[in-house]
Amino acid sequence: MLTVGQLSRGELDRQLAGPGLRLGTGRFTTCLRSAIPSVADGIHLLYADYPLRPADGFADFHLQLTRPRNLRRWLGPQVTLLYDGRSLFKPLPLDQAFPMFEWGLNWCVSSRANRYLIVHAAVIEKGGRAAILPAPPGSGKSTLCAALVGRGGWRLLSDELTLLRLDDGQIVPLPRPISLKNGAIDVIRDYVPDSVMSRPVTDTVKGTVAHVKAPAASVAQAADTADPAWVVFPRYEAGAALQAVPLARAETFMQLAGNCFNYSLLGAEGFTALGDLVEQSAGLRFTYSVLDEALAYFDVLAASR
Amino acid sequence: MSTSTPLLLQALRAPAASVMLGETAWDLLLRQAAAANLLATLGYILEEHGVLAHIPAPAREQLAWAQVLARRHRQAVRWEIRLVRQALRELGLPAILLKGAAYCAASLPSAQGRLFSDIDILVPEERLAEVEAALMLAGWAGTHHDAYDQRYYREWMHELPPMQHTRRESMIDVHHAILPRTAAARPDSALLRAAAVPVADDPALRMLAPVDMVLHSAVHLFSDGEFNNGLRDLVDLQRLLAHFGTDARFWARLVPRAHELELARPLFYALRYTAMLLGTAVPAPVVTAIAPSAPPPWQLRLMDALFRRALLPRHDSCGDRFSATAHGLLYLRGNWLRMPPLLLARHLFHKAFLSPRKAGQEAA
Repeated sequence: MLTVGQLSRGELDRQLAGPGLRLGTGRFTTCLRSAIPSVADGIHLLYADYPLRPADGFADFHLQLTRPRNLRRWLGPQVTLLYDGRSLFKPLPLDQAFPMFEWGLNWCVSSRANRYLIVHAAVIEKGGRAAILPAPPGSGKSTLCAALVGRGGWRLLSDELTLLRLDDGQIVPLPRPISLKNGAIDVIRDYVPDSVMSRPVTDTVKGTVAHVKAPAASVAQAADTADPAWVVFPRYEAGAALQAVPLARAETFMQLAGNCFNYSLLGAEGFTALGDLVEQSAGLRFTYSVLDEALAYFDVLAASR
Repeated sequence: MSTSTPLLLQALRAPAASVMLGETAWDLLLRQAAAANLLATLGYILEEHGVLAHIPAPAREQLAWAQVLARRHRQAVRWEIRLVRQALRELGLPAILLKGAAYCAASLPSAQGRLFSDIDILVPEERLAEVEAALMLAGWAGTHHDAYDQRYYREWMHELPPMQHTRRESMIDVHHAILPRTAAARPDSALLRAAAVPVADDPALRMLAPVDMVLHSAVHLFSDGEFNNGLRDLVDLQRLLAHFGTDARFWARLVPRAHELELARPLFYALRYTAMLLGTAVPAPVVTAIAPSAPPPWQLRLMDALFRRALLPRHDSCGDRFSATAHGLLYLRGNWLRMPPLLLARHLFHKAFLSPRKAGQEAA
């Protein structure tokens, strides 16, 4: 099976600028077109392990990152995201082109893949069982996820979109670059020294943003689903002692529903799927300040039950 | 861009044949359908023809995604209709549902997969103020507060300014006629209301009679200036004709009623383009009966050139270098049909130079 990394840089650029690159992103195929160098850099650096899908096959999402043809091509250069030729978002500064691709693909999945209950949460797996980490932005979810995946031996299923398949309640992987913000960037550079990270992009809506390459093993196992076992609500608090407080099922349900993209869209089916998930999982409120301690706790979790 | 028949039209004309398409073709077909707001409808049509299970799995998955959205939409519309009915209950007048709301309430085939944003109702003109007051009591608020826009709607058009519910944010359009006061044709609303039929044994809800429903759909599509949902509306027409057309009395009544309501020309276009683009079978006697309502040959050639482009999906793969011009000319035509020239000139001048620019406000 051909991967992105097996293409020469020249061929990668040519496909991106021309007919489009068809990336296997978990269950979905994304056709990406862009002549912008920083996008090609990002793909080359972070998507090397991802499978290439046939150029004449079916793609679920068609994204294009282009530079506007007006004055903004030169004055305060911008990048526009097109969804199958339609512009749905405001343009961003040109240096945010690669993050824009990541955000755009997240949007595609979360707004369209309606046969999955989609939670705004990271999800990782060890021993066949998955831990879902929902959290509002800024709670340290991505830092914890990057640490658990980079040094804790957990498989990355997703750092942003947890896909719960309605048909059978399995977590379906969508391993993609882990997005880190502001202080987390230095923390992970330090904690996981061999992580491959994109150049930080400043002044975005979320602050300074960088992406960490997903482990090759996680990408290779993208077809392996997992049973949900834990729902852990993480919160980083400087200097705090590690605390893991069990949550009642009802509370876990409500907190999860509040973090779903498409809970009300899915109606009764969404309610049932979420109920089943909560029935078979343990909910926890988790406070930490030291990553080593957090990783040790998760090891205990993985060994339990 | 291409002048050959787009895949989507081919699939709509012959749904069963689409199983022979390869993955590349399905990729393009679904993209055209998404651009035309017809993804969920396509899924239902394929299901009706028993071929949904035989198309490539990734395509079937995408159609399933669209159907989840359509189901939720239908549920929301049904709830909204119930609340509108409740709001107007005290007035004792039957609210006549129009277009999508009617298709949904009556579970017509044209409702399946159809996504739309407003509920439309038709009420007697003399009771407009009462209806507006009742809706406001129930939580709907007026929009378009600019004095000019208010006058545009109330004096010249056939509807109140759209009302939005303060909590649910749903929209309702209250019509007293199906064409603007200022338009040349004046279909008699009293005739429409007299012929209205009940919706699903509910005396408080009515919808237009089958023939009137088709005529309304035809005039709505062929008098409008915007064709973003052009193909979707044409498919509505096709499905309505297929559904009601099993009754011979429907066809016998169609052309005479069109003349009664001064809607013969839009009906001519409706029958012509559903047949031409979607392969709709129209009985020969009906074709003969409507033929005198055709425009002069030179105009018909022009209309063909315009509509054959404007009714395609708005996708890069459909149409040719004249498509943008076709859309532009039809936009002008749409405004022309709404208002006499002097009034139109005044209106466009006002919108261009005098109306305050409000972000996100719908242009009147």
